[in-house]
Amino acid sequence: MNGVPMAAYLLLGLVLFTIGVVGVVIRRSPIVIFMCIELMLNAVNLTTLAFARYLPQFVAGRERGHTAVAGEMIVIFIMAVAAAEVAVGLGIIMAIFRLRDSTDIDQMNVLRG
Amino acid sequence: MNPNLFAFSVVAILSVLSALGVVFFKNAVRSALSLVATFALLSVLYLTLDAQLLAWTQLVVYAGAIMVLFLFVIMVLNLSKQPALIERRDPKLMLATLLGFGFAGIIGVQVVTPLLPPSEIVKDPVLAPNGFGQPQAIGMALFTDYGYPFEAISVLLLVGIVGSILLAKRRLR
Amino acid sequence: MGWIHDVLAAKGVFAALIRAVLWAVPILLLLIPAIWFERRLLAWMQDRRGPNRVGPFGLLQPIADITKLLFKEEVIPDGVDRFTYVLAPVLALMPPIILGAGIPFGAYGVYKLLTPVSDLSVGVLYVLGISSIGVYGLVLAGYSGNNKYSLMGGLRASAQLISYELAMGMSLACIVLATGSLNFTSIVRSQEQPLWGISSLSWLQNWNVFTPFGFLAAIVFVVCMFAETNRPPFDLPEAENELIAGYHTEYSSAKFVSFLMGEYFAMLVYGTVFATVFLGGYNLLPFNWDTVEAHVPALGGLCHFMAWISNNLAPLWLIGKVAATLFAYIWVRATLPRLRYDQLMNLGWRTLLPLAVADLVLVAIWVLAVSTYGAGWGMVIAVVLMLVGLVVYVNIVSVGRRKSDPLASRSVTMVSIAPERVVIPEPAEVQPSGAG
Repeated sequence: MNGVPMAAYLLLGLVLFTIGVVGVVIRRSPIVIFMCIELMLNAVNLTTLAFARYLPQFVAGRERGHTAVAGEMIVIFIMAVAAAEVAVGLGIIMAIFRLRDSTDIDQMNVLRG
Repeated sequence: MNPNLFAFSVVAILSVLSALGVVFFKNAVRSALSLVATFALLSVLYLTLDAQLLAWTQLVVYAGAIMVLFLFVIMVLNLSKQPALIERRDPKLMLATLLGFGFAGIIGVQVVTPLLPPSEIVKDPVLAPNGFGQPQAIGMALFTDYGYPFEAISVLLLVGIVGSILLAKRRLR
Repeated sequence: MGWIHDVLAAKGVFAALIRAVLWAVPILLLLIPAIWFERRLLAWMQDRRGPNRVGPFGLLQPIADITKLLFKEEVIPDGVDRFTYVLAPVLALMPPIILGAGIPFGAYGVYKLLTPVSDLSVGVLYVLGISSIGVYGLVLAGYSGNNKYSLMGGLRASAQLISYELAMGMSLACIVLATGSLNFTSIVRSQEQPLWGISSLSWLQNWNVFTPFGFLAAIVFVVCMFAETNRPPFDLPEAENELIAGYHTEYSSAKFVSFLMGEYFAMLVYGTVFATVFLGGYNLLPFNWDTVEAHVPALGGLCHFMAWISNNLAPLWLIGKVAATLFAYIWVRATLPRLRYDQLMNLGWRTLLPLAVADLVLVAIWVLAVSTYGAGWGMVIAVVLMLVGLVVYVNIVSVGRRKSDPLASRSVTMVSIAPERVVIPEPAEVQPSGAG
């Protein structure tokens, strides 16, 4: 937007990413950890879009006459990858829960050692 | 403080509060609802960045599909006999929070400070590239320059579908 | 009259708020005639009278209904999650109203461009996004009831909604591909072109329901429309003899009214989307009046009149098409039996989604054929391909499926009600006993 410095968007992205990281470290339920991973991915989306919008002179593809949409491409691919990851990840969580009847992630340590 | 910066600040603070809600609510359903609110607020921020297709795609994909899937799983787990979603109090909490925000502070100082308003890297206000967030521009780029990643993503989604069906099947005796 | 245009088309937050109110108030008011229409029409189709005592012709019946429901006792069950319990009716009520805010209600004359809130460049995606948000009302309502059956009802309802959303999105994608734009106003404008792109037929308009692929997409969209609004025959989640009352078991009084009202708003708004995308939006009749006048100069006065009312009374025609869609909703409710859950899922995933995807491929081939061979030959190729595809499907795919999976039948076999001939033995001669 006019009047909003790019640094504001970057700062917001940074704060959201940090909250996501803290959430992954603190929480024990794999579902909430997953949600914090999604939060991190969204923070990255916001940062990428801010760069794409404010710094169009650095985007590849402009010499071919295409509009500078490389940043938006990245965001689309991140969204698709996140969707696929959530589908498979939640399936894994359900399968683990069906097996063990608990979802405390500190107890899922069978592969350790 | 112009009106645009004020509106941005309101949305930004609300999204930070709902992100904190994701991390700090004990109830998993409230956590999921906070995340939906975060996604909706981020969608508004994408609109302020002129990325219209992505803003509504964010609502369709993240808030409308992924989070519904999360809520399904939470509710099915709630139906179980064991209290599956109750967590013990964790001593890592304080240390993790401190380290996390320290990390953020370091990166913030290095990356964000050169980009604050009187900066020669970012010229403000900046005109959006022609047709920036419009579907026509994204479609042109997606199917010509980014054709390979597009096909790779479709294979990835197919793998995701097959994988989740496989994981959800009961064991065939 | 220019001031109307200036007020309605002004940019800025304040003007958008005024336009939002100008949209929200009429749709809230349209609820009352919609409820009355449903009850009277349903009664007429079922060969009975319907409400005719409260006010003339029963016109005040909906107000009486809503008042009664609002005055009931508000019971909040023990042990519910209060926040989610209160949030769910709001999430069932708001999305339909929000959804209709991107539909154009008129584009000429007094209106210039009348879209309640904004003429979004990605209007179709907006509709899909808000219908995805509409799932939350059901999911949270089912969850917050602290009741296993209402949770299962909520999960089934939301599974139904997200399944049919896919087919709906695909059918809208067919029209987007044919039109070349996601913008609702562009879609309506492209439906004002000559029929099928053939310029000799330029006195007819190219409403999407008149094109072969658009007709198929319209069929898919209509079925998905019924499923998205939880209307019969897809009303398993809220049927009263299934899972008690489904996802709104634990609700009473005002919150219950919210679910009912949300369903009516959704009917009206999806009807609006259908009318805009497939039925030519705010145009009155599928005729280009100035071309008709050029062909038949004798009808000049009539053409001028029709063009004037078509342009200046444009919102009325859109509402008229919505009323026709409402008629179809009620007609289907009176006619078809309810679908079982597995029949419903099979219909969504195994019939409608492949049909919509095949339609998308058809549209893509049509667009290519039109750009290579011209409009007429392109349409011929599209129709031929569609008939070939239909024949292939019926002969190979459908018969094979019926042989391999006889339990997945999508039809209900009606039991014959004509009794067989039964031979009744003649009773023995009964002697009148006693009684002098």
